[in-house]
Amino acid sequence: MTLSKIKFDKKIILSIWIILIALIIAAPTLLPVFRLNLLGRYLSLSIVALGVDLIWGYTGLLSLGQGIFFALGGYCAAMYLQITSSSEFPNNIPEFFALYGVEKLPFFWEPFRSPVFTFFAIWIIPALVAGLIGFLVFRNRIKGVYFSILTQASLLVFFNFFNGQQKLINGTNGLKTDVTQLFGQMVGSESIQRIFFWITAIMVIAAWFFAKWVVKGRFGNILIGIRDDEPRVRFTGYNPVIFKTIIFSIAGGLAGISGALYTVQSGIVSPQFMTVPFSIEMVIWVAVGGRGTLLGAILGAVFINYAKSLVSEALPASWMFIQGGLFILVVTALPEGVLGWLQGDGPRNLLQKFGFKRKIETYPSLEVKNKEGK
Amino acid sequence: MNNKDLLNLIDITVSFEGFLALNKLNLNLNKGELRAVIGPNGAGKTTFLDVITGKVKPTNGEVIFKGKSLIGKKEHKIARLGVGRKFQSPRIFENLTVKENLEISVSTPKSPLNLINKNIKDDQLDEIERLTKIVNLSNKVNSKAGSLSHGQKQWLEIAMLVGQKPDLMLVDEPVAGLTDEETDLTADLLKSLSGENTVVVIDHDMEFIRRLDSNVSVLNQGTVLCEGTMETIQKDKKVIDVYLGRPED
Repeated sequence: MTLSKIKFDKKIILSIWIILIALIIAAPTLLPVFRLNLLGRYLSLSIVALGVDLIWGYTGLLSLGQGIFFALGGYCAAMYLQITSSSEFPNNIPEFFALYGVEKLPFFWEPFRSPVFTFFAIWIIPALVAGLIGFLVFRNRIKGVYFSILTQASLLVFFNFFNGQQKLINGTNGLKTDVTQLFGQMVGSESIQRIFFWITAIMVIAAWFFAKWVVKGRFGNILIGIRDDEPRVRFTGYNPVIFKTIIFSIAGGLAGISGALYTVQSGIVSPQFMTVPFSIEMVIWVAVGGRGTLLGAILGAVFINYAKSLVSEALPASWMFIQGGLFILVVTALPEGVLGWLQGDGPRNLLQKFGFKRKIETYPSLEVKNKEGK
Repeated sequence: MNNKDLLNLIDITVSFEGFLALNKLNLNLNKGELRAVIGPNGAGKTTFLDVITGKVKPTNGEVIFKGKSLIGKKEHKIARLGVGRKFQSPRIFENLTVKENLEISVSTPKSPLNLINKNIKDDQLDEIERLTKIVNLSNKVNSKAGSLSHGQKQWLEIAMLVGQKPDLMLVDEPVAGLTDEETDLTADLLKSLSGENTVVVIDHDMEFIRRLDSNVSVLNQGTVLCEGTMETIQKDKKVIDVYLGRPED
């Protein structure tokens, strides 16, 4: 990489960040509450996308089951809100239990009375589940397509399990959060939603710094090494199983935080968070934004989802075609994603196609000779 | 086995669904020795390295390294015990810079916590600088390894091998695709490494092996055909038969 290119990269990244932060700060005053709420949701989705970028973009693990950890985080948040807002319902337990004749709170709900427990559960439970699944899979040296299929199968197992448990977690109906209370106010109210927007915006930036810290040094280089040549990493004395388990667990934790923030802003968590298409969409956001760039994951998640809501309003039912087309375009024309294309030689190659001459770095002496030759 | 031995391979047999890649192979290496291993294609040279590094589990036999058995140990454990390997085609991390490649090899301990929490130690940085000087990559430290020429990639991998500080270095075809000049430099480099390290070099290139001026083991059909200096090897009738073919009677 030449010196000028490093500067070029830094400039692009910095300007994208400035624009992004300016937009976030301006958003609450510019956007109507409905739009602001949508933006908040999409920003929270960018956190799960960051996790996908860590495991897929950096480590080469294509997980199609991030919905599991996303939903777990959402359920943790929703259970806390439901249980702390159930004082006027029969038996002092959430309303839906009465539908199924349940009178006693299932035991695993109890700890969610505590806000401190919930705060930690939102990211630690998904991280632990991811770590466990990951360890078992990685220890048996399952990788590539087999890993992807296995994560998708796990997703379906979780989906079917959550769908069928009416008496524990309201099954397919899910848990509503917008009518619950927080600090004496409705969670769905404008003031609380504005607070959640700010929390989400801060969490996105914090998650980006955290992910950057993870991949910046030697640890990140080992992840790239595992992606490019895992046996070589092994013969150098590193145990890839541990590295992969850690990063998969981190991605799970990020997915949990993302799911919790998404749930409180969309008003409900349900097994729909664990459908197959949704987890595949997460991968598409990262692919379009740019694998292995972190910022690309954030941009991909926010812009694709915003485009989705705008397109769906104007031309209902056409979004799936556009999303599919976008994915095909990225796979065929921009394999590095949009941000990867910008950072690479993309813009210069495009200019060249339109007839602009490309500057090539050579020795000054050679350039002088060429001029004289002409 | 005596105290001077670093590695003993005892009656190693590797069977791939009936095909014997190695057949009762016996080999001893002394500490500080430089040993060349040659043999025709399919003689089992690479399988022999795979067995030592734990990639292939032998059907039968025993590998003793520094008095301990290596059978059943995972690859990364064997690497940490002090067995380093250079692959046939250069296997470096092309998306990382030369320096980052070397950091991966010299870093100890090789635990995730150490790597994520701490910066690389100063003496390890010095070691990287020393290694880049030895293999003439000082001015390429911050270049992507993928942008290096073939010869430079070979040397980077050798530098990574040395950086691991292994007691035993297994070097598979280090001069494949190198120019004559590069080949000579590589031979000198490997010679200078022996003495302090124990080095096993596998290659076809006779000129290169001769230049190493070491003991040679000839493999054929999965077993050691003959051992000795280059001169004795070249006079050995069995070796001539294998390499040149017996003239028709």
